[in-house]
Amino acid sequence: MHTVLGNKRAVVTLLAPALLVYTAVMLVPILWSTAYTFYDGNAIRGFKFVGLANYREFFGDQIAWDAVWFTVKYALVLTVLQVGAGFGLALLYVFVLRRASGVIRTIVFFPVVLPTVAVALLFRRLFEAAPSTGPVNAVLNWLGTGSIDWFGQPGRSFWVIILMDLWRSMGFYAVLLYAGLVDIPEELIEAARLDGAGGWRLVRHIVLPLSLPILLSSLIFSINGTLKVFDTVVALTNGGPGSTTTPMTLYMFRTSFTYGEYGYGSTVALMLTTMCLLVTLMIFRSTRRDITRG
Amino acid sequence: MTNNLHRGRFGPVVAIVSVGVLVLGACGDDSDDSSSAGDSTSAESTTAANATTPADSAPPADAGSGPDTFSYFGQTQNTTIVGTLETLAANECATANAAAPLKADATDGATWDQQLQLVAGQGALSNMSMAAGTPSLMKEFIDAGLVLNISDALEELGVADKILPSAASTIKSLYDNEDMYALPTELNIEGFWYNKQMLTDNGIEPPATWDDLVAAAATLDAAGIQPFVAAGQDGWPVTRLVGDYIARSLGPDALQKVADGQAKLTDPEYVAAADEVAKLGDAGYFGDAPGSIDYNTAMNQFLTGGGAFFYMGSWAVSNFNDLEQNKIGVDNVGFAPFPAVDGGAGSIDQVPANAGIPVMFTTNNYGETTKQWLKCVVENYGDTVLSESGVVTGFAIDSPPADLSPLTKTVQDTINNAGGSFLWFEAAFTPEGTTVSQTNGGGLASGALGGQEFMELVQKANEG
Repeated sequence: MHTVLGNKRAVVTLLAPALLVYTAVMLVPILWSTAYTFYDGNAIRGFKFVGLANYREFFGDQIAWDAVWFTVKYALVLTVLQVGAGFGLALLYVFVLRRASGVIRTIVFFPVVLPTVAVALLFRRLFEAAPSTGPVNAVLNWLGTGSIDWFGQPGRSFWVIILMDLWRSMGFYAVLLYAGLVDIPEELIEAARLDGAGGWRLVRHIVLPLSLPILLSSLIFSINGTLKVFDTVVALTNGGPGSTTTPMTLYMFRTSFTYGEYGYGSTVALMLTTMCLLVTLMIFRSTRRDITRG
Repeated sequence: MTNNLHRGRFGPVVAIVSVGVLVLGACGDDSDDSSSAGDSTSAESTTAANATTPADSAPPADAGSGPDTFSYFGQTQNTTIVGTLETLAANECATANAAAPLKADATDGATWDQQLQLVAGQGALSNMSMAAGTPSLMKEFIDAGLVLNISDALEELGVADKILPSAASTIKSLYDNEDMYALPTELNIEGFWYNKQMLTDNGIEPPATWDDLVAAAATLDAAGIQPFVAAGQDGWPVTRLVGDYIARSLGPDALQKVADGQAKLTDPEYVAAADEVAKLGDAGYFGDAPGSIDYNTAMNQFLTGGGAFFYMGSWAVSNFNDLEQNKIGVDNVGFAPFPAVDGGAGSIDQVPANAGIPVMFTTNNYGETTKQWLKCVVENYGDTVLSESGVVTGFAIDSPPADLSPLTKTVQDTINNAGGSFLWFEAAFTPEGTTVSQTNGGGLASGALGGQEFMELVQKANEG
């Protein structure tokens, strides 16, 4: 192995195809898009160099900041909930259900494989207020309260989106974290139990520290995935009511392809990329500390 | 040592990135050059709008034989145009179809302008396609020379007289141009369609003034009938009410004044219009959750007796005439023009009119085969679609069908007796203004958004 990796020609031969593909489909579009941020216009009316005007516009654009705020709020809330629920389910699989967890794991994982648009339609029907009454409002009516227009108010729409995404994704994080938990040596758990650790103390001092690497991966997966949310929002609320549930991705899409402002759309995209990068770096830095040292 | 190592590793990367950026910058310069060209074209055509035709979009004098197929691109929701083209291809336009067979494609109307921009940006517009929904986007296409100057093309083909003058003027004013750049496959009026039975049962006459309409809504609501059916999810059926109220209260040119910068939507007299619509929403007259109702649901709701008034364009007459869809009965549907506003500068005989979504032809690969199709469509489309679907178009009719439905007749009479026309609320808005207006229309209908807030959002979006 050392001989192969010591041979520069072999390294280049092995790396070159992947590097070329990566450069063509990732680096070039990113650089191209970055170059667009200094221009105004689109493919129809042409481009005009505007320097840093798009960046100045972004920092003074209230709608863009609303989109940033929605994106951050959505990413934080959903990450906490989906990783938390996933971890809870993984603990349930390992410590309570044990070998009988197969069926439950499959059922909880099932929504992950469903198409987003189908799930969105399902949730639209579940929370429908008109023209027919969906099951959620039917229950409310049965309890004696009136129907609620879930998609007519920003706050309610936000929580329906969160609920839908949580239902869709917690099965995935449960399986991911389950894979980490089953790797914890049984002897360690047994030893801790003999020392009197049980319940929350066992989780806090043994399970949590030992599953930290997989938790960290889950957090990075989750935060980056949720910061880039697009399809679920488009399919469920299309950013509404008004623009109150519009994430940065949808704002970027509209700016570029509806308003025909490729330069400004690319600026929004670059800001989102920078945000993802910063958040990932922050997570890495904050978890460098060895929490097992107390 | 470590630093040196890092420097050594990252040096080439930095160099590659720098070269990449420079290369892109150079490409950007090229784009800039082309933009300069584009800008000058734009400037020329803006001037041309007041004087002559942009050279790029005039029919090429030495056009070749043209494409082997005649491609059409439309919205999935609109089956009338493609259906009529297929009928023409099998009958009146069989010769044109033999030379270049019709090849139709469609995409969802909700993202129509986005799709069209992408296709146009790649120089891949179909020979014939539905025009952009936002007039300002069509102006970009015209300025870029992507769209055929229909006025010149029809003159060349000797069929210019087949377009009704009123339709031609609607299309010209839509794109603020002296020439036509689209064909009027529809000529629509808009207003309140109502369920006659529901009004009669509650002792309500078709409203002549806005106050009458509000009073009628209150009576219907008290009787347990939903007064208005509207697709709040699409937004435009609600914002149309704001635009029409402005036209009635401030005159038909009031929205053009906003486009020209002489007035703002946030001026109190404009906000009053949005407030009036918001009051209807606040009272719950649009139903429980109008923001969840889309176009097809609203249509179905009205045609199954789910509400009394339905603001819509006359393109819906084909739905009203369809007994499969219309469960309340064709004779049970009445039409009332948008009511007058007491003391307003506009009058009730001025109708909100439009050419629906007209169709455009691309200049790209425009040749003999496309000319055959264009000529045939202009000569036969109006008669065919009127007899088959009851749709009134902007084409001159050679043989009006004897058994015209009463609703189609109503539309024709209203067009003939109109004391003037005006365009819809967003007609002169920017794409951003249009999107913001329509995405917030549902908020007005549900009462979640006040008139002032709505107008501020739209005004700001229009200013970019």
